[in-house]
Amino acid sequence: MPAHFISSVYVFVLAGFIGFEVIKHVSRLLHTPLMALTNALDAVVVVAAIIIAGRAQTPLSMILGLVAVAASFSNMVGGFLITDRMLRMFKLSRQKKP
Amino acid sequence: MNPLTLRYLIDFAYLVAIVLFILALRWLSSPATARRGVLAGEIGAALAVLATLANPEIVAYKWILVALLVGAIIGIPLGLVPMTAVPQRTALSHAFGALSAALIGIAEYYVRAPHITKFGMTEISMEVIIGGLSFTGSLIAAGKLQELLPQRPITYRGQNVVSLSVLGAAVILALILIFHPGDTFLFPWMVAVSLFFGVLLVTPIGGADMPTVISLLNSYVGLSAALLGFVLNNKVLIVAGALDGSSGFILSVIMCRAMNRSFTNVMFGAFGQVQASAVTAAESRTVRSATAEDAATLLGAANTVIIAPGYGMAVAQAQHKVRELFDVLTKRGVDVKFAIHPVAGRMPGHMNVLLAEADIPYDKLLDMDAANPEFPQADVALVIGANDVTNPAARTEPGSPIYGMPILDVDKARTVMVIKRSLSPGFAGIDNPLYYLDKTLMLFGDAKTFVGDIVRELTGGHTA
Repeated sequence: MPAHFISSVYVFVLAGFIGFEVIKHVSRLLHTPLMALTNALDAVVVVAAIIIAGRAQTPLSMILGLVAVAASFSNMVGGFLITDRMLRMFKLSRQKKP
Repeated sequence: MNPLTLRYLIDFAYLVAIVLFILALRWLSSPATARRGVLAGEIGAALAVLATLANPEIVAYKWILVALLVGAIIGIPLGLVPMTAVPQRTALSHAFGALSAALIGIAEYYVRAPHITKFGMTEISMEVIIGGLSFTGSLIAAGKLQELLPQRPITYRGQNVVSLSVLGAAVILALILIFHPGDTFLFPWMVAVSLFFGVLLVTPIGGADMPTVISLLNSYVGLSAALLGFVLNNKVLIVAGALDGSSGFILSVIMCRAMNRSFTNVMFGAFGQVQASAVTAAESRTVRSATAEDAATLLGAANTVIIAPGYGMAVAQAQHKVRELFDVLTKRGVDVKFAIHPVAGRMPGHMNVLLAEADIPYDKLLDMDAANPEFPQADVALVIGANDVTNPAARTEPGSPIYGMPILDVDKARTVMVIKRSLSPGFAGIDNPLYYLDKTLMLFGDAKTFVGDIVRELTGGHTA
């Protein structure tokens, strides 16, 4: 077992706990934007893709890494874009044009 | 810069990104602060990407920039799809997320193999199996939502045994690889079997269960990202994956509760394939149908109207006509609200987004718990394209397949109007006694056309 495993478990458990607490309070109106936003945040795997592609250890790891960079970065860009588009549409009655 | 200092700076940037991610979700607690949340998320993500690009291990900059560009070219159109296409877009983005997590796991395996520890192999195989099955599962879900694949559940005898055996095969291959790291030729087989399992997992699930399935896949994608964080010892992945995973999990639980069903039932129950016996009982009863003129008279004279929209409204693209109806009635002093069932539509919150897009203010959108106490005081409950979520059999008929499911109490309003194409049973194939009540008026027709006709009647021949 690598030395960093236990600290990873700590981080995972605590982050999961924070996730539960924070997401429990997300407005029920916003469940679709929530899914779009968590998708965009999850696209941070692009970080790992950049490292594995960027190290270029083997041609295979580089090619797979680059595909992963494109796939996850498209999620990041598209996810934030659509979340913001959706949220812009939510208005209160008094904010509406007369 | 001293490499160690740089290392610390990168780690610190990741930590700031993590804090911003948590704030992003926290600000989604209200539509008023939600856009600030997106901004926080964007800054966090940009920070994480820039910090990573500063990593001295990276040599292939040129290609990475090309890949980022390709990602942006794919991502921008996917961020601009119409709101009606959001469910399939979401499923597709789950597929992309799972694909990238699985590919990174595979790349990492081939960099390390065959000199890989048992522990490392356990992590990688779990990550690749979950990533792989989420990838194909999400693709199938997207295909069903885009109607490239049939939305009805596709089932055959012994299906669950076959599906679970395939999953079992993937696990056995993983175990062999863990104890015999030299057998690298088995790794592609393990990947292939996991991909196949994803197909088997989602194919039998019907369109009406998509809100749960999409949430569950969301959770798997998060889990695969977190596992990848374990493989690579990358904390930002673990946190983002845990947040995504818990979000998907909470949404799945909400969806399952809203249908009074268990996860196992959703995944293996193939809801709504045969309810022939319930359907035939309908023949002898009579329904009252009404014209747009009748409906307009009743709506115009009402004090309170609650509209219950469902997936049918989205299919008919009727939301903008519904907004016109909302405007006309509001102008006449009628109090109009919307009652939204958690599983109305094809993904969590689907109806809210469609109605918000049509410019309905969000303070008029009530969730089920807020709406149900209001129905007894409502003069008219207008059901547009919703069926099972308004079916009183869920309260009264223990034999019904949806018995126990929480529903919108539209039948408690003084008058119920249902816009529907025909009397054919809904997606789940279950007959709806609501249609045969004395207080119910059936408005047969296309939702968009019919609502348009009502609006024309109310405005005296002129469209609003």
